[in-house]
Amino acid sequence: MDAMIKTPVAPSAPRIAREKPLKIKARNVDVYYGDKHAINDLSIDIPDSAVSAFIGPSGCGKSTFLRSINRMNDTIPSCRITGNVEIDGRDIYDKTLDVVQLRARIGMVFQKPNPFPKSIYENVAYGPKIHGLAKNKAELEEIVVTSLKKAGLFEEVKDRLDHSGTSLSGGQQQRLCIARAIAVNPEVILMDEPCSALDPIATARIEELIDELRQNFCIVIVTHSMQQAARVSQLTAFFHLGNLVEVGDTDDIFTSPRDKRTQDYITGRFG
Amino acid sequence: MTDTAIATPRRIGDNDALVARRYRAERRFKFYGIAAIAVTAVFLMLLFADVLVKGLPAFTEHRLTLPIKVDQAAIDPQNSKDPKIIRTGDFDSPIRRAFRDLFPEVTTRGDRKKLMGLLSSGAADDFRAMVMRDPALIGQDAKVPVLLSDDADQYLKGRQTGVEKFPGQGTMTVTPEGEQFKLTSDGVALPSPGDIIRMNGGAFRVLSLSNAALLAEQVMAPKTPAPAASGAWDIVRFTVPENNRRIDDQEALWLEHLKEQGIAESNIAWRFFTSGDSREPELAGIRGALMGSILTLLVTLFLCLPIGVAAAIYLEEFAPKNRFTQIIELNINNLAAVPSIVFGLLGLAMFLNFFGLPRSAPLVGGLVLALLVLPTIIIASRAALRAVPPSIKEAALGVGASHQQAVFHHVLPLAMPGIMTGTIIGMAHALGETAPLLMIGMVAFIVDIPTGFTDAATALPIQIYLWSDLPEIAFQSKTAGAIIVLLAFLFVMNAAAIMLRKRFERRW
Repeated sequence: MDAMIKTPVAPSAPRIAREKPLKIKARNVDVYYGDKHAINDLSIDIPDSAVSAFIGPSGCGKSTFLRSINRMNDTIPSCRITGNVEIDGRDIYDKTLDVVQLRARIGMVFQKPNPFPKSIYENVAYGPKIHGLAKNKAELEEIVVTSLKKAGLFEEVKDRLDHSGTSLSGGQQQRLCIARAIAVNPEVILMDEPCSALDPIATARIEELIDELRQNFCIVIVTHSMQQAARVSQLTAFFHLGNLVEVGDTDDIFTSPRDKRTQDYITGRFG
Repeated sequence: MTDTAIATPRRIGDNDALVARRYRAERRFKFYGIAAIAVTAVFLMLLFADVLVKGLPAFTEHRLTLPIKVDQAAIDPQNSKDPKIIRTGDFDSPIRRAFRDLFPEVTTRGDRKKLMGLLSSGAADDFRAMVMRDPALIGQDAKVPVLLSDDADQYLKGRQTGVEKFPGQGTMTVTPEGEQFKLTSDGVALPSPGDIIRMNGGAFRVLSLSNAALLAEQVMAPKTPAPAASGAWDIVRFTVPENNRRIDDQEALWLEHLKEQGIAESNIAWRFFTSGDSREPELAGIRGALMGSILTLLVTLFLCLPIGVAAAIYLEEFAPKNRFTQIIELNINNLAAVPSIVFGLLGLAMFLNFFGLPRSAPLVGGLVLALLVLPTIIIASRAALRAVPPSIKEAALGVGASHQQAVFHHVLPLAMPGIMTGTIIGMAHALGETAPLLMIGMVAFIVDIPTGFTDAATALPIQIYLWSDLPEIAFQSKTAGAIIVLLAFLFVMNAAAIMLRKRFERRW
């Protein structure tokens, strides 16, 4: 970690990258789905304790790259990845690395809330259980309660932890999924359009939550909403047709984009 | 002005004919659908009505209740109370004696033999079982149920002939006239030829009418030749001629007498469920076939469920998608379409001839049916696994569950209702399957109720097949009765499958 902080950063690099330690480093990443070239020679540095947003039109590869960070793409047989993705300096595509452990370290929240069709308690307790994070029932309960509290859901569900997770409203379900992700105490939380299925009020709650979580986690969020990216993120990366067009401090990207395509996109000319 | 004809663009709504045509087409389609369902429903109703009408009599039987003194000397002379000795006691003669006592007028050897023919050859079995159950009856008077023969039973169920009875009006006088008798009555209602006139404990069959007199032949001798007053004689008319039924007039009259006296009564035939096959229709039951089916299905279930589900999980979740697994998948689908008799031949060649397993055994039947049902279960289980939304698996993978953990902790439990449904439907399929079992020798006349997986056994559908081939009318109703039982089992199984599906469907 220390070595990471001292890594010299180019003066042109985003401010946030200079302020915060480097968490995820991707170099020359190419992703193919069969013959389709989904991501083309992508390199990016993602800082810790900050929210990084990936924006861009549909099919630009932002979700694909997100899923490359926790190797979720491994589950797609036709998917092939070249290049180098490191987390804390460790190559995650290293053959000796256990992908399951990796995914435990990198939580993920999906586009559509997908709680397990089990009780709220079971939903949150599942991760800690399979990873042996709790020695006994009391500890497990402690983890569940803290996670629900961190996800801002505890007050709403404390009387019905035994109810099915699917009985909650969409926004509550998504916060339950966040609680489930943070219950295993990951280092990185990947969010794939977490608010696209939610109404504006639920979205606002999630955004608040993301802002709070940023203190302790490296958060990467894919979003279709530029306003959302502007509101929650410190670093923004603009993807277009499988290329990472521009990456920079959120303020800079939205006020003075360097690339024409970025400008066209954020001013609503396409996408 | 030049007349440039600019076509007015057509607007939606202009074309009423099109709309009307669409409505007609929709109405027509609706009609076809309703017609198809109606036709199906009618055929189904006909089938069920037919089976029920034919089969329901199989669930009742006619028994006599005879008062019999349970004779110590004939049954247990040493008063040992030993079941083994009681079993060998003479239960037959007391029944015959008691039955004969009901008809003191029957004296000739031939008539007595005929009379005894009304009783089932297994009539003593119930008596024996009764005394074995309660040895305290020995030396006491008991009301003993005595089973009637199948023909007598069928007659009393009204399946041999219809019977009409008219009370006699006026005084009936009988005068012998050579071999025949002349019957004269001063009443009005006169019988027609073929009718039976019962009087003074005897019976005469009317041969012809001449003037006011009837020429008749004697069926049973009356106790006295005296004239019978109005109401003391009656006319019995059988709708089916004597030659066309298995019970002749004399036997029919005896049975009528037993019925009128309340000695012969219809009861629920528990025997149908508790006894094995028999050559005597009134004694035959489905217990053996049912046990055979149950044992066979147990073997099938214990083989199919683990293998089928494991295969489905592997193929659906873990197997690499390559040419080899594609060929396996294709062949599983093909296997599901292979005619069942082929599985029977395979079982015959492999399990009996090669492995030397016992013929006619539920074990082999179960193995063969397992082969038959396995593809069904694999296909249903794969469909159930596939129906679980991938988001659930992703969620599990996302919190760091391994692929296997995700499958076994989340996907499989969610797929279980679907798997169970598929399994039950597969089992129902196996329960009704006949052809493969024929090939491995489960088609046999087996009286003993199988108790183990290697005992000779038959199965319910085979029992139906066997009974349907037999000439006795009583077996026809047994056949339909067994079909009712089989259908009931199938209904219960399918209902369970539907309940499972309804109960657990879409929990996410």
